Amino acid sequence: MRSTKVTIAGVELKNPVMTASGTFGSGAEYSEFYDLGALGAVVTKGVASVPWPGNPVPRIAETRSGMLNAIGLQNPGIDVFVERDIPYLKQYDTKIIVNVCGKTVEDYCEVVERLSAEPVDLLEINVSCPNVKEGGIAFGQNPKALEGITREVKKYAAQPIIMKLSPNVTDITEMARAAEAGGADVLSLINTLTGMKIDIHRRTFAIANRTGGMSGPAVKPVAVRMVWQTANAVKLPIIGMGGICSADDAMEFILAGASAVAVGTANFANPYAAKEVAEGIEAYMERYQVEDICELVGVVR
Amino acid sequence: MKKREYATVVEQREIAAGIYSMWLQTEQIAEAAVAGQFLSIYSRDESRMLPRPISICELDRKKGSVRIVYRVAGKGTEEFSRMKAGEKLPVLGPLGNGFPLKKKKAILMGGGIGIPPMVQLAKELDGEVQIIAGYRDELFLTEELERYGRLLIATEDGSAGTRGNVLDAVRENGVTGELIYACGPLSMLRAVKEYASRRGMECYLSMEERMACGIGACLACVCRSAETDSHTHVHNKRVCKDGPVFLSTEVEL
Repeated sequence: MRSTKVTIAGVELKNPVMTASGTFGSGAEYSEFYDLGALGAVVTKGVASVPWPGNPVPRIAETRSGMLNAIGLQNPGIDVFVERDIPYLKQYDTKIIVNVCGKTVEDYCEVVERLSAEPVDLLEINVSCPNVKEGGIAFGQNPKALEGITREVKKYAAQPIIMKLSPNVTDITEMARAAEAGGADVLSLINTLTGMKIDIHRRTFAIANRTGGMSGPAVKPVAVRMVWQTANAVKLPIIGMGGICSADDAMEFILAGASAVAVGTANFANPYAAKEVAEGIEAYMERYQVEDICELVGVVR
Repeated sequence: MKKREYATVVEQREIAAGIYSMWLQTEQIAEAAVAGQFLSIYSRDESRMLPRPISICELDRKKGSVRIVYRVAGKGTEEFSRMKAGEKLPVLGPLGNGFPLKKKKAILMGGGIGIPPMVQLAKELDGEVQIIAGYRDELFLTEELERYGRLLIATEDGSAGTRGNVLDAVRENGVTGELIYACGPLSMLRAVKEYASRRGMECYLSMEERMACGIGACLACVCRSAETDSHTHVHNKRVCKDGPVFLSTEVEL
């Protein structure tokens, strides 16, 4: 019997495939297409201490082999989330990872503390969203700030903490080390790359926020490189993401050093994408007679 | 469980410059769909990742087929326009809510590429149906619309019907009704909302916005709502999931 199980910061996932935050809501819409139990974990859209309205529209634009988004972390706030979204996800045989966003360190800590008594498995701290003016990426581009917020959040956290890193930095390993020094349990990368598209017919920005986060297969080589660099720089487990559409894509990340992977933009191109990636990894293991997926994590050094 | 289908193109033709009509044979979509809903149609070119939301123009539930009438606006719709009978493409749907069918004297207003959903709506409505179609210049779908109601036309260049927009045609012809259904560009929807509000008329607007997932998860296609929305508890309704048809008093344009 081949094993697709992976353990991340003490949490055992049935397979290494999860969803990338912001592309999957809290799972309800996609659960109309397949049983979420097919996934190792569902990573929710970012939740803050209070409801956030997000950015003006248009919020997205398609680019070649990818897209730009500037949703602006629209979310219902932790109260509604705890009451509605967590019980919803608990119906499924999958792990729950809650993505946390905020404007100040206190905001993040408040949400993390609220979640400490909730039946969620891991927390992912979003210090890398490029589309909000305060918080978000401000913490993710400065190693001192990143180490500081990691340390603060850890004080309030009952669950292991994943720090989600931004690729919009000169040296990803410096940021990874800062998060590790602050006490992070896991790293996830990459968040989106800041980009821009001009609408040549309207002669203005394609999205209202002017810049947006670029995602999709076009960013995958950047993401694989950063996962590999990070895996060589720190001891923490890594959740790799950035343009994963297929099991072949996922295997690149695993071989580069990711213990688990997340499927994001591909969910928009194919609502079954995450489930198909999980199935495809099993097929890869069958083809190459791999007994345990963990054997392959980071074998390309 | 919902299902993404591979629909087969039955017929495709250009019905006006850059406006195409395509009949698709579907497994389940046609049977389940109602007027005002839309389909997410996926490109077969993987470099175009996002589905194109296209409204349903007509349904033939017996045959299990759906007609879409769409404008070529970019590479995705251009790809669709080149597809020939027998070819297959991935389709998700029907998505969103449709127009509520009321037995009242109705005015249907369609502007430009907002005209197509009025065909199936007119077909399904039971009471008196008056249709106002606003075009830039070239007409399309007039035969179908005439079949299901009294059709009035407005053209921007005055080449047919009233010179001006749909509301100019309403005024010129003294059209009256109890209920409005409208689909078209934002400027038109704003004017129609205002028109209905002044007269205290019930009015349903079909909105359009850039979409990514098409199913309510990504929160890309929001519109400002008067009341707090059920999803985020702010003032953002999702066009794909809570719409695309809204009561005019529900949304702020």
